[in-house]
Amino acid sequence: MIRAFCALIRRDLRLGLRRGGDSLQPLLFFVLALSLFPLGVGPAPEVLARIGVGVIWVLALLAVMLSLDRLYQADAEDGSLELLVQGVLPLELLALGKCVAHWLTSGLVLVLVSPLLALLMQLPGKAEGVLALALLLGTPTLTLVGSIGAALLIGARRGSVLLALLVLPLYIPVLIFGVSAVEGEVMGLGGRPQLLILGAMLLAALALAPLAAAAALRLALE
Amino acid sequence: MFAGLSFALAPGEVLVLRGPNGSGKSSLLRLLAGFSAPAAGRLAWAGARVADDLAAHRARLHYVGHSDAVKSLLTVRENLAFAAALGGAGAAGLERALAGFDLQALSDLPARYLSAGQKRRLALARLLLGSRPLWLLDEPGVGLDAANRMRLEQEVAAHRAAGGLAVLATHGDVAVENALQLELAP
Repeated sequence: MIRAFCALIRRDLRLGLRRGGDSLQPLLFFVLALSLFPLGVGPAPEVLARIGVGVIWVLALLAVMLSLDRLYQADAEDGSLELLVQGVLPLELLALGKCVAHWLTSGLVLVLVSPLLALLMQLPGKAEGVLALALLLGTPTLTLVGSIGAALLIGARRGSVLLALLVLPLYIPVLIFGVSAVEGEVMGLGGRPQLLILGAMLLAALALAPLAAAAALRLALE
Repeated sequence: MFAGLSFALAPGEVLVLRGPNGSGKSSLLRLLAGFSAPAAGRLAWAGARVADDLAAHRARLHYVGHSDAVKSLLTVRENLAFAAALGGAGAAGLERALAGFDLQALSDLPARYLSAGQKRRLALARLLLGSRPLWLLDEPGVGLDAANRMRLEQEVAAHRAAGGLAVLATHGDVAVENALQLELAP
């Protein structure tokens, strides 16, 4: 079963790599949209630093959501979904494996480029670490919660718009605590409590989201 | 879709589903695969209701549907190796599966360069990964040339000889000797 789980992750990563540009699009969107803000609101450091954290998080939400659209859709279209459910993996682990692969190609990349983004938005130096940490805890939650929506919308036309309506409200807690963790650190209050809450949300999502996504996949097969 | 349907298969038996387009052949196969549940009635394997343990049921069958479930960015071998790992079959049967549908020469080619018939062969080669007792084949002969149709017939015969069951939906392009027939009315 572990072998099958690893094989699934490896396959999704390999598909992501071979698709090349496609899988990097959400990241490019993220960086490009972010680089518009200094142009739009002016390069004054105090303004950018004030809105910077919020902007980074909102764009991270959107970038993850954009890439979630195809999470199950591609497999449903070419018949792979039926193949996947014939394997030894329970649907819950299947959903978890897809999420792990998705996070490695989206959330993790955002975490890695986050110091650069902090620089771009003129955030103070001490914010970089806590921003990366908050993204590290927050983006897997985004992927997991979003995967429920992606599974529910298999086969739906204009799925991406519906996905936004369905998933963005659920992203609000991550957004709030993610932003306040960084702001707390910047103001010298410390971001630890918010980071702990982000961690708790991640654990809850890790436990519950695969169950919900599996139920949605079961519906999609009918 | 259909009602009043009843049949049982013993080891080594093959059921051929016939009927015009839209008569419910594919729906019946999906139902047998456990993808959908019957509105009424009972589907059982060796006396136990299939719905009680769907995961175990799906793990004892190979379903080849209309779509070939081929990832065009992976090579033929990678596609098969993934199916083997997913099905818990191990890599040992890989060469045998490639040989079964004459895919060795294509094995390192990305699947996007395959023709429709070659993709079909790749989908059918999954049948040979790990032995599972129940084969559900939805028009398996579509796109196959005569030589490969013969290979398919041979594999089905070998599967029966080993005590396996199969249900095929076909318009007559795949011949199976001494098969039970089920004619679905439109």
